[in-house]
Amino acid sequence: MSMLIKFLVAAVGAGTPLLFGTVGEILTEKTGHLNLGVEGMMSIGACIGFMAGYYTDNFFIAILAGAAAGALGALIYAVLTVTFMANQNVTGLTLTIFGIGFANFIGIFVLSKSPEGTLKLPEKITAAMRGGNIPALSKLPVVGELLFSYSPFVYIGIAIAVACAWYLNHTKAGLSLKAVGENPGAADAAGIKVTSVKYRNIIFGGAICGIGGVYCAMIINGGVWISNNVGGLGWIAVALVIFANWQPAYAIWGSFIFGALRVLKYYIPQSVLPFPIAFYDMLPFLITALVLVISSMRKSGRINLPAALGLNYFREER
Amino acid sequence: MAKQEKSLYAIECRKITKTFGQVLANDEIDLNVKYGEILALLGENGSGKTTLMNMLSGIYHPDSGQIFIGGSEVKINSPVDAMNLGIGMIHQHFKLVEAFRAMDNIILGTKGKKEKNKVTSEKIKEISQTYGLEIEPEKYVCDMSVSEKQTVEILKVLYKGAEILILDEPTAVLTPQETEKLFQILRKMKEKGCAIIIITHKLQEVLEISDRVTILRKGKSIDTVETSTCDAQKLTELMVGRPVSLEINHPPVKESKTILKVVDLTVYKADGTKAIDDISFDIRSGEILGVAGVAGSGQKELCETIAGLMEASKGAILFHKENLLGKTPSEIIEKGVSMSFVPEDRLGMGLVASMGMTDNMLLKSYQKGKGAFVNRKPAREMAEGLIKQLDIVTPGTETPVRLLSGGNVQKVLLGREIESAPSVLITAYPVRGLDINSSYTIYDLLNEQKKKNVAVMYIGEDLDVLLELSDRIMVLCHGKITGIVDTQGTTKEEIGMMMTGENKFSDQEKEAQR
Repeated sequence: MSMLIKFLVAAVGAGTPLLFGTVGEILTEKTGHLNLGVEGMMSIGACIGFMAGYYTDNFFIAILAGAAAGALGALIYAVLTVTFMANQNVTGLTLTIFGIGFANFIGIFVLSKSPEGTLKLPEKITAAMRGGNIPALSKLPVVGELLFSYSPFVYIGIAIAVACAWYLNHTKAGLSLKAVGENPGAADAAGIKVTSVKYRNIIFGGAICGIGGVYCAMIINGGVWISNNVGGLGWIAVALVIFANWQPAYAIWGSFIFGALRVLKYYIPQSVLPFPIAFYDMLPFLITALVLVISSMRKSGRINLPAALGLNYFREER
Repeated sequence: MAKQEKSLYAIECRKITKTFGQVLANDEIDLNVKYGEILALLGENGSGKTTLMNMLSGIYHPDSGQIFIGGSEVKINSPVDAMNLGIGMIHQHFKLVEAFRAMDNIILGTKGKKEKNKVTSEKIKEISQTYGLEIEPEKYVCDMSVSEKQTVEILKVLYKGAEILILDEPTAVLTPQETEKLFQILRKMKEKGCAIIIITHKLQEVLEISDRVTILRKGKSIDTVETSTCDAQKLTELMVGRPVSLEINHPPVKESKTILKVVDLTVYKADGTKAIDDISFDIRSGEILGVAGVAGSGQKELCETIAGLMEASKGAILFHKENLLGKTPSEIIEKGVSMSFVPEDRLGMGLVASMGMTDNMLLKSYQKGKGAFVNRKPAREMAEGLIKQLDIVTPGTETPVRLLSGGNVQKVLLGREIESAPSVLITAYPVRGLDINSSYTIYDLLNEQKKKNVAVMYIGEDLDVLLELSDRIMVLCHGKITGIVDTQGTTKEEIGMMMTGENKFSDQEKEAQR
């Protein structure tokens, strides 16, 4: 029983960076732009967020810096694809390569200046980002551990996902956003400022991805900077968008399920299932591939895939 | 005087001029519409109708001239401005989000907080009752028929408080019955005091619906006439600028043998729905078989299946008793089945837009050449021949075809197909977007082929033309044949009924057919 609770708690933790990436990418894709740069934006967010935390020792400044950095990465993407109408796939891939390179470069540069030879987050921020410090609630048996023991990241992530779901389904701004992703020509004719909607949401999506990056840098390795700390999670997030059917609320469950897959290796004893550890490392990516195959085969029914996804909008095109 | 004008004219355009580079699209155009009036805007392609309307809806800006709305001068800088002035444009190609419900499309772009669905829905119902529109606000647009979608488009502008409606070829996609319904709605709006501008090519409709007609020719406003004093002949003369015969030649059928026979054909679309549902018909030599039907009733799939581009799941296509199904497109071309399919974007299929005429001629013949090298000479000669024969206006055989005007592109496409001396010629929408003169050239070309005993299948939109040009008409509805009739003694209304799915055959006849 306690083992199961531990597993679930670990799954939620491991799923959290995916949640940020997925929700951010959902907002981006709802504009009709497929940004394959999630991994890159998360990496940039990870690097800047970590460094901000390292120097200021303030948790919220770290998160804000990570979000701003992710937004900046998305801005590059938006300028290239919305304004200059560059190919979205190529731009996204380039952003990923750039983001990882940028993060590693800055990381190694700062590392080389550090007297200890490692970069470890200071005390205060480490305490702030750790979970289990909600008075009274965290001490409750079972429920306390299952619901109130997490890092603030988890609650921020869920709050953002819920807010985005509400934004998409119950506001006029959300309606405009969906219209732009479905049929920018129709949105344009209805008086919606297509370019502005695209910029706003792509940048906002990038900011959310950036926070996911901060999680990767600060939590996964216990507050110590290592290179490549996002480690492919951005790619899983891109696939999770399809798994979640472009709905932020589904992204919550989707990312926790994938989180569970990531931590499975620590909770299944070798004696029960004698698979090598490498198999479990592969599992999330294998399932991702399967999800992509299955969702591509699923043709009927209302899938939420934005109809204009991947197509740049040029008003005067006939 | 000025006060009177205020109440009289909804829109007044004075000396509107607009140039695109060297081209004078609008040359000092005057146009006015009263409240409670339907004005038809008539003109050939390229006469500047769309340019003028785009200036009224804020997409382009006039170089000079004045626009008055309700008596006061205005500048319309964007579609939002136009909307705020009460101008609503209903585009020919619907600007609707398919994945949204009707009501979401209607409130799209409006300001303010989002209301409860129920409140919005009530508001929409109230407006639709005022004007006699029928709508289900909760229905998804992708589940709607064309005419329902148009209703949503109309409601979209009414919901935003538009009193001036501009409709760009609204009837192009409707059946005669749906058109009649639309006209009733327009008349009701007129009664309520709306000013309506309707752009259409169809003279009968102009005569039926409008109070006045403004005729544009080569960017100039030629005349504005009271509809009641006009007939089709006079309007055409004003439009073209000289007397034109409106009769389409109809040479008699000389000899008629079945050349292509389609038996029990069923074709599925990629999404698993039936595009063509168990149809049987034949195409005979020396005859034009017209195909009527609302857009998307299976015409495209039928063409592509005959040409070997789509796979049929059941049935056979017999060409001189040989089954064409399963053959590759090039094998089918070799047998003399030729297709000139003009899709909505005209250049999509058949021609390569960025290549010149010579290369486009080569597309269908290069495989016959020997060795690895291409001999361009015969193709160039063929292109030059076509330019002379069909009066194609082009700077040269190497000019990319996308730079030619619509009519000339069509001539290139049809000309190439005819050059290969086919025994079956399939044309889909060959006059789409063409002006009257070019259209008649195309009809003559088809009739010539008919005289040469070619079996011609003509998929068309304008029922008047179909009735005059073809010998028999086959009507498609949702992939089924709802009737094959002789054009002699058939009326437009009957075809219209069949287009909506009313079966021409009685049940007994159907049994007998099987």
